[in-house]
Amino acid sequence: MTALLATICLILIAIIVVQIGKVTELASKIRGEQEVQDQSNQRHGNYSLLFMVLFLVATVASALYYKDSMLWYGPNESASEHGSSLDYMFDITLFFTGIVFIITQILLFYFAWKYRGQTGQKALFMPHDNRLEVVWTVIPAVVMTFLVVGGLDAWNEVMADVDPGEEVIEIEGTGYQFAWHLRYPGPDGKLGARDYKMISGANPLGQVWTDPKNVDDFHPSEIYLPVGKKVRVRITARDVLHNFYLPHFRVKMDAVPGMPTYFVFTPKTTTEEYRQKLGALDVNGEPKYPEWHEPVDPSDPESPKRYEAFDYELACAELCGKGHYAMRRVVKIVSEGEYEDWLSKQQSYYMSTIRGTEDDPNKDILFESEILERRQEFNDELEKALSAQEAAAKTLALTNVNFEANSADLTKLSAYQLDDLADALNKYPNMAIELSGHTDNTGEPEFNQQLSEQRAQKVKSYLVDKGISESRLTALGFGSTRPVASNDTEDGRQQNRRTEFRITAQ
Amino acid sequence: MANVVTKPVVHEDDLLIEEYGYDDHFHEHHHGDKYQSNFITTYIFSQDHKMIAKQFLITGMFWAIIGAAMSLIFRLQLGFPEENMAWIKPLLGKWITVNDAGVGSLAPEFYYALVTMHGTILVFFVLTAGLSGTFSNLLIPLQVGARDMASPFLNMLSYWFFFLSGTIMFLSLFLNTGPFAGGWTAYPPLSALPQASSGSGAGMTLWLVSLVFFVVSVLLGGINYITTVLNLRTKGMTMWRMPLTIWAFFVTAILGLLSFPVLVSAFLLVMFDRGLGTSFFLSEIFIGGQALDHVGGSPVLYQHLFWFLGHPEVYIIILPAMGLVSEVLSVHARKPIFGYKAMVYSILAIGFLSFIVWAHHMFMSGVNPFISNFFVIFTLIIAVPSAVKVFNWIATLYGGNIRFTAASLYAIGFVSMFISGGLTGIFLGNSAIDIQLHDTYFVVAHFHIVMGVAAFFGMFAGIYHWYPKMFGRFMNETLGKIHFWGTIIGAYAVFWPMHYLGMAGVPRRYYRFDSFAAFGQFDAMNQFITIAAIVTFGFQLLFVINFFYSIWKGKKMTSRNPWGATTLEWTTPINAGHGNWPGKLPTVQRWAYDYGKDGQEFIPQIQPLGKDEKESH
Repeated sequence: MTALLATICLILIAIIVVQIGKVTELASKIRGEQEVQDQSNQRHGNYSLLFMVLFLVATVASALYYKDSMLWYGPNESASEHGSSLDYMFDITLFFTGIVFIITQILLFYFAWKYRGQTGQKALFMPHDNRLEVVWTVIPAVVMTFLVVGGLDAWNEVMADVDPGEEVIEIEGTGYQFAWHLRYPGPDGKLGARDYKMISGANPLGQVWTDPKNVDDFHPSEIYLPVGKKVRVRITARDVLHNFYLPHFRVKMDAVPGMPTYFVFTPKTTTEEYRQKLGALDVNGEPKYPEWHEPVDPSDPESPKRYEAFDYELACAELCGKGHYAMRRVVKIVSEGEYEDWLSKQQSYYMSTIRGTEDDPNKDILFESEILERRQEFNDELEKALSAQEAAAKTLALTNVNFEANSADLTKLSAYQLDDLADALNKYPNMAIELSGHTDNTGEPEFNQQLSEQRAQKVKSYLVDKGISESRLTALGFGSTRPVASNDTEDGRQQNRRTEFRITAQ
Repeated sequence: MANVVTKPVVHEDDLLIEEYGYDDHFHEHHHGDKYQSNFITTYIFSQDHKMIAKQFLITGMFWAIIGAAMSLIFRLQLGFPEENMAWIKPLLGKWITVNDAGVGSLAPEFYYALVTMHGTILVFFVLTAGLSGTFSNLLIPLQVGARDMASPFLNMLSYWFFFLSGTIMFLSLFLNTGPFAGGWTAYPPLSALPQASSGSGAGMTLWLVSLVFFVVSVLLGGINYITTVLNLRTKGMTMWRMPLTIWAFFVTAILGLLSFPVLVSAFLLVMFDRGLGTSFFLSEIFIGGQALDHVGGSPVLYQHLFWFLGHPEVYIIILPAMGLVSEVLSVHARKPIFGYKAMVYSILAIGFLSFIVWAHHMFMSGVNPFISNFFVIFTLIIAVPSAVKVFNWIATLYGGNIRFTAASLYAIGFVSMFISGGLTGIFLGNSAIDIQLHDTYFVVAHFHIVMGVAAFFGMFAGIYHWYPKMFGRFMNETLGKIHFWGTIIGAYAVFWPMHYLGMAGVPRRYYRFDSFAAFGQFDAMNQFITIAAIVTFGFQLLFVINFFYSIWKGKKMTSRNPWGATTLEWTTPINAGHGNWPGKLPTVQRWAYDYGKDGQEFIPQIQPLGKDEKESH
């Protein structure tokens, strides 16, 4: 029905249009074509002039109206250091092109009006003028030279990579369908290696976990950067092209699969400062940019004002598929102190998600930090035991001393804690300890008894090899007779399989 | 309107041709059977350049309506994303998803398909085939004084390859997975991997096949245009006596011939990557939960190949429009085009430079920033010949006796658009400024004004001006003028505000803007643009009605040369048959722009120089 009505409407419009056409043709037949043409020249000459005036007024007025929403102007000056040179180039270009725009549009429509045809009037015969041609070749050429030199000067400075050895914060943005994955280098300041073949659900960037530089890298959900520090963004893509676009910072660079790109910039305005600019008041105490004082949620006047909720944003500026329009991340520019604070709260992705899991290729090595951490823990517990009064508190489990299954061979990583124990025995020359081996209740009791004795003995001989006097060490085996947890669960059995020592003298 | 010619010029022309013309014994051969003997050879598989021109034009109009209608649908999405779109479900089917509350919304995949098809259709089918195909075909033989194209048969094939190409593209609109949706530039990997987007499967395959046929069409046409201009000019038609239209079509054809094959090579490599497991453009990709085997390719390589065509392509679009406008302005201002030689040199300079600026589309795509220096320099140099052309057009109006017709209005409108859109190119061509403006609405505003709207204006100027030559009738002038004012105001209303969006950083190709606080603050402007687009589209319907109505019912042409023009096409009979001139071929005695010379309103090119008269240039 609607379709029918629409069709009928269209047909009616067509008929009306055709009738208008017919009427005007009829009129010109009656009045003579010459006269009609003269009248038409007069009318459309006037329209040309009118159009020119309205058009120029509309362009200038609308530009002024929208001035404060555009980047470059009002509160929207560049938030990065290099951005001002680009904004300056824009202004200079706008100045020159603006002049040409206004002059040529005026001349075009003014001439159209001025030289509208009249019967009997003769046109000028003016086929060419070489002097004029030279003038309007040279002037644009000179202006272009000026713009090219200025533009390239800015371009080469902005696009230069960092010098080797220069102090810079390197971060990484990886585009995928349809979000950005961010990576920071962690305390070592270096981003670890990646291999796209290693990408999986648990390893979204394909980080190579055998590369020690990857160990401390972390994956925040927002970009945090300190003000005034040079930043190099390493830009990559996982699937199709994306574009790392920070409008407020004049940063834009394609993310290309298989070819990392970069952009170097220095933030110069913190998020807080930018908010203040947007929310600024004029001399009368009125908001300078009233639109920024409206509530974020128009239906709730109590919600924060727009300038208070402002955040820098990271967007995608290269068509990447159906979700292209929503690849948003928040960017926060903060003071040096706040940045350090934030950094200290970040957790290494590897340590929090990969370490010790099946995906971890480093299960049989300990990282320096882990060794230190474990040593600290052991020493703390030992100190506590030494200062404790009651007998029960004098027994400590060697939680990181382990044996191969059903064997008395120490695992490789057990050496670290045994070394710590040897160091402690050297530190406290009067200390004597009783080492004891324990098993869970699976298997034959005799075998367990034997195994626990052998294991305690093994630890003892390790310490003796490290130069500890045999007289300070006793080694006993208890089989499964002294469980510390239930043997019904795997977790409990694991706790029961242990090597302990008891401080017998100090 | 036909007001100038009152004398019976008809006879005068025939006499001049009879006296000075060249007898090529054309009509002693029996072409009739081969060319225009029955309905099929006259209207369908025609080898007559005038009929092929009409075929290109009407096919181009068909595509223009489809392409513009697509833009209305995605403009509705951008202007009114919350509005109910369920009413269009009968047309778009599953691409409109209706929620429980009965509110229909456009699927993002299809939004991107519409944007992509809009670009592809407008750039290739409308502004390349529809514009250059129409007017090169119509005017080259007529204006250089040839019986037809060098190879009428290849010329016919050129149209039918275009038709085939269009048919395939049209079919792709109805695929279950939708047409290609990765942007008209079809950058891999998005275009190369079916798993990257639903349109990158069968949709992309058909897109590629369609455009390969399209390139065949362009090349067949281009070879013909070049050969005809070089070899079939009539006696006396030296290169420096050719109208600017012919210069523009000639250079356009050369650009097409040199650049389109590079596009085909890029397409073939994409096909290899898609089907044969090669890695020209693919490297280190993890998609759909899977790491692909492709390593070592570069998506940037595709961009180089694409834009090696892509940039000349925009001149392939705009040069013919420039040629048409130069001719129309001169005829209706009753003045010679100002600085004819400077105009020709500008066309040549623009044509040459168009081949060494392509990477200005790629400043932010990861190419070495050092390389960009050269492309900035060459790009901004193009501003110089472009400025020369603009100043010459304006100087052509100066001191004229301008006859306002729909055609001349559109020619003036073209100059206005070309200024507005050309100047913004100076921003974008400067890589430093492009960092911020690249892929924002500023770019959309720039290229729509300078090569979209401006090229359409050139095309409209050409259609209104040469319509009598094509159909022996006039289009209605009043409707044409209403069409003009509606379109120029509407087009500026649509595209001017987009500069502001771009300057606020709003990226193009966004399905909606409210995901970002920075981009979501221009609802009112987006609504305004959408409404302006709908109204402007309405004015185009006026043109369509006028066009088809006038074919059968328009005012009849009563004299051969209604505009009082000097060029050869107006010396043929009103409804010229195959071979264009019934008797001898006209010979050319002077350049094409003797308007107002020595007190005469115009002197046709076939009229010999008077005693003591010096030829102008």
